[in-house]
Amino acid sequence: MNLSFRQVADPMHQFEVKKLIEIGPIGGLDLSFTNASFYMLLGCVLIVAFFGMAASRGKLVPSRMQSVAEIGYGFVADMVRGAAGEEGLKFFPFVFTLFFFVFFANMIGMVPYAFTTTSHVIVTGVLAMLVISIVIVYGFMKNGLKFFKLFAPAGAPWPIYILLVPIEVISFIARPVTLALRLFANMLAGHIMLKLFAGFAVTLATLGGAYIVIAPLAFAMGVALNALEFLVAGLQAYVFAILTCVYLNDALHPAH
Amino acid sequence: MTFLTIAASATQEAGSAAFPPFDPWHFPSQIFWLVILFGGLYIVLSRFVLPKLGGVIEKRGDTIADSLDEAARLDEQAKEAKKQQELHLAEARSKARETADKARAKVEAEIAEETQKVDADLATRLDEAEGRIRKVRAEALANVDSIATETTQVMLARFGVEISDADAKSAVQRVNKD
Repeated sequence: MNLSFRQVADPMHQFEVKKLIEIGPIGGLDLSFTNASFYMLLGCVLIVAFFGMAASRGKLVPSRMQSVAEIGYGFVADMVRGAAGEEGLKFFPFVFTLFFFVFFANMIGMVPYAFTTTSHVIVTGVLAMLVISIVIVYGFMKNGLKFFKLFAPAGAPWPIYILLVPIEVISFIARPVTLALRLFANMLAGHIMLKLFAGFAVTLATLGGAYIVIAPLAFAMGVALNALEFLVAGLQAYVFAILTCVYLNDALHPAH
Repeated sequence: MTFLTIAASATQEAGSAAFPPFDPWHFPSQIFWLVILFGGLYIVLSRFVLPKLGGVIEKRGDTIADSLDEAARLDEQAKEAKKQQELHLAEARSKARETADKARAKVEAEIAEETQKVDADLATRLDEAEGRIRKVRAEALANVDSIATETTQVMLARFGVEISDADAKSAVQRVNKD
């Protein structure tokens, strides 16, 4: 029994970034077009193709494709309206782009051998920083210094504020971190699990003997995890977008 | 930058199996392409795709609302027409009843008049006939007296008794009175 870790296909291999077209270094920065960039581009192209087609047809009685695209439009619009109110709709294009960017990246990641863009913390981190930057910039632009009311919810007796304000400040600072890590960790862990169980099934089957009996169990686990990962892929895109809406709502209406 | 170089050298020391998501060599490339692609996607969606898609949805909503309004209007019209028709129908029905009543009354009047005329005619003819019968009876009765008188005279003459007309007549009248 010499079942070493290396015999199972390396679960980290799927996250490796490889240069496809070498660009740079420009100003000391390597801007190469990588497999990660390729799958990001693929997601963008699919989004534009899908929604662009639905929009350009623009039939009064929609086809199935157009219907699905319009449901997506309505879904995001309702999400923004629900979390940030009617005013929040000015951010609708941003939330729409963000949601479908993440959603398509997650779903493309479910295709075997494809690269999952959102499984890299640098990507989710930049997106999270973008969201928080918009919240801060727009919050001060619209409310001025009243934006600080965000840290001091009205209606509490004054001694409470000594405790409340630091908590609110810390929770605000934690937002971009949690926003980025939640998506990144979910996608990373999910894909590692998928790879591990799939690899485990193959390894057990090739070992022969009694292991063959256990191999189908590992395979069944892999199938179940696959279904779970589809759920997670959709859900995490939704969570990312709805939290963005909630944070934007703070910029629109800081005094809770 | 120092963090990046330290991390990079650390991974090199650890061998090829660095944890890829934390391998910093691709961070600049990742950020660069993310900004370009996400920005491009945002511009394309917000400038071209979403307004058109929203326009289609809005147009559909308007069309449906318009159609519903039109349907409500037509429904109202139909109801109005139905009411009007019922009114016409009731009017026509009452007119027909009136005409029928009038015709019946006219016919009844004619019948009554005719009956009266016939009745009057019959009555006069009946009177006439009765008058005639009375006259005939009176004549007959008068004849009975003269016949009786004559018969009396003839019978008495057989017995050889002559009697005058006046006596015979008075005798007959006396007998008739009893």
